[in-house]
Amino acid sequence: MQTSEMTQTTADASEDLPLLRVSSATKYYGDRIGCKDVNFELYPGEVLAIVGESGSGKTTLLNCLSTRLAPTSGVIEYRNRQGAMRNLYQMSEAERRMLMRTDWGFVHQHASDGLRMSVSAGANVGERLMAVGARHYGDIRSTAIDWLDRVEIAEDRIDDDPRAFSGGMRQRLQIARNLVTNPRLVFMDEPTGGLDVSVQARLLDLIRGLVSDLGLSVIIVTHDLAVARLLSDRTLVMRRGHVIETGLTDQVLDDPQEAYTQLLVSSILQP
Amino acid sequence: MTEQTYDNFADHYNFAYLDEQTKRMIRRAILKAIAVPGYQVPFASREMPMPYGWGTGGVQVTAAIIGANDVLKMIDQGSDDTTNAVALRGFFVKTTGVEATTKTSEATIIQTRHRIPEEPLKANQTLVYQVPIPEPLRKLEPRETETRKMHALEEYGLMHVKLYEDIAKYGEIATTYAYPVLVNDRYVMDPSPIPKFDNPKMHEMEALQLFGAGREKRIYAVPPHTKVESLDFEDYPFEIQKFEEPCALCGAENVYLDEVILDDKGARMFVCSDSDFCEDRRENGHVGHMAANPITESENRGADA
Repeated sequence: MQTSEMTQTTADASEDLPLLRVSSATKYYGDRIGCKDVNFELYPGEVLAIVGESGSGKTTLLNCLSTRLAPTSGVIEYRNRQGAMRNLYQMSEAERRMLMRTDWGFVHQHASDGLRMSVSAGANVGERLMAVGARHYGDIRSTAIDWLDRVEIAEDRIDDDPRAFSGGMRQRLQIARNLVTNPRLVFMDEPTGGLDVSVQARLLDLIRGLVSDLGLSVIIVTHDLAVARLLSDRTLVMRRGHVIETGLTDQVLDDPQEAYTQLLVSSILQP
Repeated sequence: MTEQTYDNFADHYNFAYLDEQTKRMIRRAILKAIAVPGYQVPFASREMPMPYGWGTGGVQVTAAIIGANDVLKMIDQGSDDTTNAVALRGFFVKTTGVEATTKTSEATIIQTRHRIPEEPLKANQTLVYQVPIPEPLRKLEPRETETRKMHALEEYGLMHVKLYEDIAKYGEIATTYAYPVLVNDRYVMDPSPIPKFDNPKMHEMEALQLFGAGREKRIYAVPPHTKVESLDFEDYPFEIQKFEEPCALCGAENVYLDEVILDDKGARMFVCSDSDFCEDRRENGHVGHMAANPITESENRGADA
């Protein structure tokens, strides 16, 4: 807790410096392009949406950013809590993994990929705490209860397996599990995919609330423009591995410049 | 007849069954294991003339370190006379001709399945454990690549997830055997399925402790006088099993007891799991509340007649 308060102040001090800087990130799968020449900067507290159709390279890019997949070329830098800009792929694996479980979060499309399905909800939330050295059962449990409450999961479900949870609950549990160490940057891969519309709406509402409460930076990959509209400050449109348009979300969605973006926007049914 | 069989065996097999090259390979693994306490060293485990699960790992370790002058004790769940112990003792007596004993204090090598003898071990002794699954993280993380990485980077939070689950489900740390330990402040290690009662004995033990897992092809070690700490939570400290009554045969307290069911009406007795320890005490005149007493025995017989 102490460290997070401390870092909060350092984060405030470096508000005007980018948290993540991506310079010509490129990933080839053999001869084929995964993503090519992606450049952008992400600032603290900013929510960036990456949109595009299936196969456009969104997930490849997200995996490159989150150190899950090494890019073929290009540089991805992250500003750590000490304020130093570090090249992710020049850090040691130990440092990267430490980053993954403390400073970062990763919310998978399928909650079963991001949760331990065979251990209780409480242990799922507590795992990251234990990974960074928490060794007091009572404290871990009360933090877990607190987080379950914040994601609207009833306290009496704490000892249930995620298997016993509905899709929406699992997704909320996954979010709690990621946020418990007060990360600064969260990656989300289609977090609302596969959920029905009303559950989607509640989940988006919850994410939006948490993001603004905690001042999180988020990179969210989605094919659903409504998600981008609701959550993100800025949007990046991808097609065939290239970023074809970027700008403020409202600007991109209301006044798309590229033909493809226009097509994408116009393909949504307007109620 | 027996003599002849033994001669034939010596003609066809090397001392202690394994060939010298294999022993060299295993000794190298053992040396590495001792140099890095608690680290699982892969080795080229051989097929042994017994099924996996019978102690093929322990047997290979023993075969690699045993010499003609060693005195061997073989125990299975603390007992010298159960199937596993008898079979493996016979194997080594046949293949090496070494002297076998049941006395803990007389043995130089003790191969054990799932117990540490009650009598404290000394510096000239080696304890060889038979290990079924050497990886303490396995049940939580099935990928070997991942568990190796976790050991390398000391990412042991997951181990506490298991203990957390125990407390959440049972109100206490319900793991009673194969209780994970931290060796020399570095590697989390599975002590093999010994009862957690025995965990404190591993700490700063004078004897060398070697662990062999045949099927999983791993050897690991705890050198003498090494710190071995059982994992726990600050508010749920590590505790060993406690028994409400002493051994029914020798009256020993603070030892690990086996429960023996006596009939189908729920009668039971608790006796030392370490059979040699129990016999020793009885020879020295200690009597438990259910031990046969020669005088009352004869009186009973008289009453019946």
